[in-house]
Amino acid sequence: MTDTTPSSTAATAGPVKRFLAATELDTRLLGMIGALAAIWIGFHVYGAVENGYGAFLTARNLWNLSVQTSSIGIMATGMVLVIITRHIDLSVGSILGFCAIFMGVLQVNILPQIVGLGSPLIWILAAICGMALGTIIGAFQGWLVAYRGIPAFIVTLGGMLVWRGSAYMVARGETISPLDPTFKLLGGGPYGSVGGTGSWIVGIVGILAIVALIVNARRQRRRFEFPLRPVWAEVFLGIVGCGAVIGAVLLVNSYPWPIGIVRQYVKANDLTVDSSDVFISHGFAIPVLILIGVGIAMTFLMTRTRFGRYVFAIGGNPEASELSGINVRWVTVKIFALMGFLAGLSGVVASARLNSATNALGTLDELYVIAAAVIGGTSLGGGVGTIYGAILGALVMQSLQTGMVLIGFDAAVQQIVVGGVLVLAVWLDIVYRRTAR
Amino acid sequence: MRGDLDTQRTPLVEMRDISISFGGIRAVDHVTVDLYPGEVVGLLGHNGAGKSTLIKCLSGAYHADAGEILVDGKKVEINNPRDARAQNIETIYQTLALADNLDAASNLFLGRELVTPMGLVDDARMEAETRKIMHRLNPNFAKFNVPVSALSGGQRQSVAIARAVYFNARILIMDEPTAALGPQETNMVSELVEELKKQGLGIFLIEHDIQNVMKLCDRASVMKNGKLVGTVRVDEVTDEDILGMIILGKTPGRAS
Repeated sequence: MTDTTPSSTAATAGPVKRFLAATELDTRLLGMIGALAAIWIGFHVYGAVENGYGAFLTARNLWNLSVQTSSIGIMATGMVLVIITRHIDLSVGSILGFCAIFMGVLQVNILPQIVGLGSPLIWILAAICGMALGTIIGAFQGWLVAYRGIPAFIVTLGGMLVWRGSAYMVARGETISPLDPTFKLLGGGPYGSVGGTGSWIVGIVGILAIVALIVNARRQRRRFEFPLRPVWAEVFLGIVGCGAVIGAVLLVNSYPWPIGIVRQYVKANDLTVDSSDVFISHGFAIPVLILIGVGIAMTFLMTRTRFGRYVFAIGGNPEASELSGINVRWVTVKIFALMGFLAGLSGVVASARLNSATNALGTLDELYVIAAAVIGGTSLGGGVGTIYGAILGALVMQSLQTGMVLIGFDAAVQQIVVGGVLVLAVWLDIVYRRTAR
Repeated sequence: MRGDLDTQRTPLVEMRDISISFGGIRAVDHVTVDLYPGEVVGLLGHNGAGKSTLIKCLSGAYHADAGEILVDGKKVEINNPRDARAQNIETIYQTLALADNLDAASNLFLGRELVTPMGLVDDARMEAETRKIMHRLNPNFAKFNVPVSALSGGQRQSVAIARAVYFNARILIMDEPTAALGPQETNMVSELVEELKKQGLGIFLIEHDIQNVMKLCDRASVMKNGKLVGTVRVDEVTDEDILGMIILGKTPGRAS
């Protein structure tokens, strides 16, 4: 078996083209990472020059950024499926709010009376019920779209108002707080992180997975005698992938618990050390691990299962999909149900992070979620989109917001910038697609 | 001769007395056609005569209001494309019915993906199978890893044909398979039709080009305004006769 580059024309092309052809890297992905790097460095330098302190590229800020991205990122992965099939879901922010308040009331007012105050069952039952509620709402909206033929824009526009109003009615607009202490960990914070050792375990699992993926892909190609990537390209991809994982672990582990929390911890555990000498790493926050888990699961769903294949097919040509024997309506219901489930999961993360549930939670999230998916390369024309793109898109949106807060822009300016970036990103995408043809 | 054989054998497929209406308009009005193994039956008529509608009742895209469909002499229910496929009825649509954003292998296996023992799509095996069948149908085909939107009309047609042929069709429906093709690719389709005939498939061919009909078909059923004008043996009539049926709705004396 000889190693050949995938494209025979690659040999005559320039070094950049040859590199891209050999590694089979997506130029879109590289573009997004480049944009992200530009945003990060830009804000850091701007802060350093204008305010005398570059606050962006610090462990603390990047750790916070990762937590803030989780909620939008989780929903964006579902929005990719919705948009790929040429639909839209404007109701996700309201579903998030409704599920969150529902879970809040469950764990504070109802479950303690049933399973007993302080029972470890409370948080898990509340979370499961909340996600189930989101799934049911999503499935219902999907049924209206698929079997009753109402445009998704209208169904979910109505849903946006209905579920927001329902969220208010559940607790007459009251804020439910504090939430169950275990539930709260799902939102992050010093206690809601896996710590230094835990992060290394996550990192090692990640590295093993990357190596296994590369080896397995190569074996598959060899089995069917498809062109192989050159060995150097495989090694390069492996090193970059593993390097990114190790870098992320080092980063989150270099952000220590704040001194106040350490004192509390030392006191609670009757330790006899001086709190200022203790360095306890945050490590990965739990919501970030949830986002990573969701991202992997959704990528798997979209690329390795028939369901994912059907989602793309329906987006590319709904009539052809129907003629190929795909039950387009039922798949549509499943897509919206999945979106609802993810909105419910986001409700868990968002309310846990605030340690409270309000009926206003998730307001305007639908727009950020759609923006994240679209910035991440999901085509509103249908048929095209990736999960990792949507997560990166969410990270771009959140980076802009965080960055502007750090350097002290007004809320008004922030809105203008975010809106402008969305339009710019879509325009760049259109130009990219046109030239890529 | 063939005529004697036909009366003795059971038709591969028989559509009896099919009617279907859309909003008060009878698109197909009590039409009966049949098809024997190893036979090509042309369906002819003007645009809007009801050929495509009739055939969509067989491929499962529409459900007939009245009438019945028999496969091997047994009545079957075809309510959707899956039912049709279960009867080994494959269709090559005029629009090709390809998902433009997916590659050739994904389109070929759409709705019938090959899966691993764990139930996951087996892309590598599907691509390998696609390479095999494309090599047989269209040896020049090399674009396996690009969306089919990047393919030429002929290449797209080969994908659509490969999809119908791969799954051991017994009854093949071809809706104007050469409409968008150049002469060379049209020849490829003609050769394929001959080859499939030899293998014993029955083919319904919707075709406008009267020369192709005379060349490829054994019989021709002509429709006009949703009604069947008549079915004739192609070797017993002239192309003028068939044109007369299409344009005037007139049955020549020898119609069977």
